[in-house]
Amino acid sequence: MILIHCPYCDEKRPEIEFANAGQAHIARPFDPSGQSDADWEAYLFIRANPRGRHHERWRHVHGCGRFFNAVRDTVTDKFETTYKAGEPRR
Amino acid sequence: MSGFRLETGGRVDRSQPVQFSFDGKSYQGFAGDSLASALLANGVMLFGRSFKYHRPRGLVAAGSEEPNALISVHRGPGRFTPNLRATGVEIHDGLNATSQNRWPSLAMDFGAINDRLGMFFPAGFYNKTFMWPRSFWDRVYEPAIRKIAGLGDAPTAEDPDVYASTYAHCDLLIIGAGPAGIDAALGAMDTNKRIVLIDEQDELGGGALADPALWPWLERSVKALTEAPNVTILNRTTAFGYYHDNFIGAVQRLTDHLPDITDAPREKLWRIRAGEVVLAQGAIERPLVFDGNDTPGVMLSSAAKVYANRYGVAVGKALTLMASHDSGWHDVFALAKAGLGISAIIDVRESVDSALMLEAERLGITIHLHHGVVGVNGRHGVTSVDICNYGDQRVHRVETDALLMAGGWTPSVHLWSHSKGSLKWRDDLGAYVPDQPNENVHCVGGCSGDWDFGTGAVVDALPTPKDQSRIKAFVDFQNDVTAKDIKLAVREGFRSIEHIKRYTTNGMATDQGKTSNLNGLQIASSALNKPVPDIGLTSFRPPYTPQTFGALAGHAKGALFQPTRTTNIDSWAEEHSAIFELVAQWRRARYFPKSGEDMHAAVNRECVAVRSSVGIFDASTLGKIEVVGPDAAEFLNRMYTNPWKALEPGRCRYGLLLKEDGFITDDGVSARLAPDRFHLTTTTGGAARVLNMMEDYLQTEWPDLDVWLTSTTEQYAVIALQGPNARKVLEPLVEGIDLSAEAFPHMAIREGTICGLETRLFRVSFTGELGFEINVPTAFGRAVWEQLMAQGAQYDITPYGTEAMHVLRAEKGFIIVGQDTDGTVTPFDAGLDWAVGKKKPDFVGKRSMARPDIVAPGRKQLVGLLTDDPNVVLEEGAQIVADPNQPIPMTMIGHVTSSYWSETLGRSIAMALVAGGHDMTGGTLHIPMPGKTHTAKVSGVVFYDPEGARLHV
Ligand SMILES: [Zn+2]
Repeated sequence: MILIHCPYCDEKRPEIEFANAGQAHIARPFDPSGQSDADWEAYLFIRANPRGRHHERWRHVHGCGRFFNAVRDTVTDKFETTYKAGEPRR
Repeated sequence: MSGFRLETGGRVDRSQPVQFSFDGKSYQGFAGDSLASALLANGVMLFGRSFKYHRPRGLVAAGSEEPNALISVHRGPGRFTPNLRATGVEIHDGLNATSQNRWPSLAMDFGAINDRLGMFFPAGFYNKTFMWPRSFWDRVYEPAIRKIAGLGDAPTAEDPDVYASTYAHCDLLIIGAGPAGIDAALGAMDTNKRIVLIDEQDELGGGALADPALWPWLERSVKALTEAPNVTILNRTTAFGYYHDNFIGAVQRLTDHLPDITDAPREKLWRIRAGEVVLAQGAIERPLVFDGNDTPGVMLSSAAKVYANRYGVAVGKALTLMASHDSGWHDVFALAKAGLGISAIIDVRESVDSALMLEAERLGITIHLHHGVVGVNGRHGVTSVDICNYGDQRVHRVETDALLMAGGWTPSVHLWSHSKGSLKWRDDLGAYVPDQPNENVHCVGGCSGDWDFGTGAVVDALPTPKDQSRIKAFVDFQNDVTAKDIKLAVREGFRSIEHIKRYTTNGMATDQGKTSNLNGLQIASSALNKPVPDIGLTSFRPPYTPQTFGALAGHAKGALFQPTRTTNIDSWAEEHSAIFELVAQWRRARYFPKSGEDMHAAVNRECVAVRSSVGIFDASTLGKIEVVGPDAAEFLNRMYTNPWKALEPGRCRYGLLLKEDGFITDDGVSARLAPDRFHLTTTTGGAARVLNMMEDYLQTEWPDLDVWLTSTTEQYAVIALQGPNARKVLEPLVEGIDLSAEAFPHMAIREGTICGLETRLFRVSFTGELGFEINVPTAFGRAVWEQLMAQGAQYDITPYGTEAMHVLRAEKGFIIVGQDTDGTVTPFDAGLDWAVGKKKPDFVGKRSMARPDIVAPGRKQLVGLLTDDPNVVLEEGAQIVADPNQPIPMTMIGHVTSSYWSETLGRSIAMALVAGGHDMTGGTLHIPMPGKTHTAKVSGVVFYDPEGARLHV
């Protein structure tokens, strides 16, 4: 069971306290109605699914409740880093 | 020597005899014996029948790698454990063990006919033979195969034992308490580290238990470790899996070795998080591959040493060694020292260390270098072996009753591999050893490839002059895989060891190939003419050895499998004979049958009561979220499809929640209590999901909004009072709220008191009748319910359950999200476009409602169905077709989502999702059901009081 560092609690806690929330740094368009079908499709459905370094969102759902960002290697399952929502991509 | 028990030696306690039984026959052993050693001491050589060919099998090993001696232990009703290795079962008075996979008896087994037919059972046999006709598989082939092939029987009775579990944390976890593990523990003992030392056997020591010279050291070491306050010793404990971040799963066996059954936990699951892990799992000796190597009496040479030195048991009276490694010679010298008779040493090598030769000669043992065993005589036990001189190819016979195999050593890298540590191939060992770690872990002793018992030659299978097609040289004893099977797989085109493994099933038995993987690899490597590292290594996966479901489940079974959520009113329902159902994790009253009523009758009565007088319903399970803050209205306006900013305090609104993909995910009525405060309700099952979704948008998309979300589901008990007499029941109990229709209209909320308690009183209806939902602090739910029951008695107030609630809402065409929608239904599909704010520039899911697929024609849309025969209640889930005479398979255009008998309407009603359904009103559809295809007319979904006149009274 992986240990995940919550950047808000600043503690490494067991995986069961967290929930994955999909790929990170996909901002909801400011004006969705102004989006073309293709742009909206890309926002809604198209995800990176990389082999290796992956930016994703987690929520410390059974802890502080905050959403945060993480860089995880999808091959080794190791977390490279975690950081608060709103901070620049690492 | 009495029988096979040596006069002296071993660690068994000869002053403590133990009576046990095997296959119904009584035997005596000593305290400290394993079932294997005790049976061996009684001259039992036959332990089981092999998986496929039903060949007689004896012991190969003395430890947990044993592939053959799988037995069942019976400890009374529900306490039946199959597939235990006899080598790991400690005997106790009354132990009742049986052999497996034989009928009618171990010595005379009907299935052994498979062995005579062996040439017809090559690799991939099942895949090749039982393919046609397809219908034969379920009815003929599989039942027949299951009867004759297989391991122990699965238990059928419920397990009455309890299982404990715990979490543990330590600085240093050492797995394996052989000499290397004990040394590691001693080395760290004087630090301030918290140390856990795990070993799978009853006694610490590992290989040292079979080496009397080490016993004084062992005794001192175990004493020191036992006394050390920072060392926790877990014996009879198997570390079965190594997971991320040094998280290790281990099962400790607590009571199976004791004669009496108590209510103490049988096993304990340890979940250990370690700062650092030391793996000292040792190495497993490798069998040699030759014709007849599975005959009872052929075993690993190291095992013979364990039986003699640890248990005081001789595996035979005249032993022969077949070696490719020095370690076998050392074992034989130790056996000779223990008083066993040695017939001969055979070694494939042309020369060995002269010191070995000298010692063997000194002991008077005949030596055959550059020879190999090519045949084993005897069916239920070795009587002699045929050996071949690899120089002149001459074969001659050696009389012996036990043949020991010394084929070199395989480091136990199982847990290392679980931890994703890399491996490197060592040609000199013919084995993979640990290379780069992936966690804070390192290996010591045998499992790192570090041992002091000499060198050897690496051979795949022993050369033989015999016709290869006539011999059975086993690689995987438990799954009955021969060298020939692996070569056949290669001839048939398999190249990767992962494919060869699955085709031949080599290494796929319950022992996961502990004795067979490396031999299988070597044989495949030779057949492919490629070095071993080029064909890979199969993966090791947890568990290291099989573990019980009981230990893994722990307390999480029966009523404790998952928590049942109950409301404050649940106890009243139980006292009043409610029949319950689970909705998400909530236990809800489904209906309240009176004496003699079935569900149908009870639900009809409850529905009629609500429509004609008044009903009372426990709605406490509704999800509730308090939304507070200056931007609360703005936030809800962005989340929900309809406008919220203009909603006046004191009023309610039906909220429809979409996901960003435009599909309905939840709904509920919510109230504005103040400009900056809303009381939201969600579906019973959707509460947590909705709160998570709202938090997600609030925290990550609109962090500028000043809003707080709090789950209040469990803060309020909610009582729905529904029916034309609802106001009359409520009025005498409420203070501070004018209940008149003018002052308190439909879809409004008022705060005041009921029975002296603060209440949030909603005037809402999920039934189509005049209705109220009374929110009071949870702890007072039942008290208020009872007051309402007393007050309503004059109106024959009727408690109703979820089933009547479903009928009543369906009569009004109110959807249940998740029943009438399935995650692909838009507001338009559901006929809820009235709930979408057309003028709003944005809300979650709005943009998707304009996606090409969503606006395309032919989408499934929610409609009502009225069967032509009003007495037919369609099955929920039944498929719908346009033309019942079309050829099969028919084109299905939708399905029934809700269907009930409506006592109020005197007929059945249904809702359905039908492609293009909104354009079919008045048309006829066909619903094939078992026995008959029914016809129904498409209608709107509101079957009762379409004007809503009954609401506004
Ligand atoms: Zn946190």
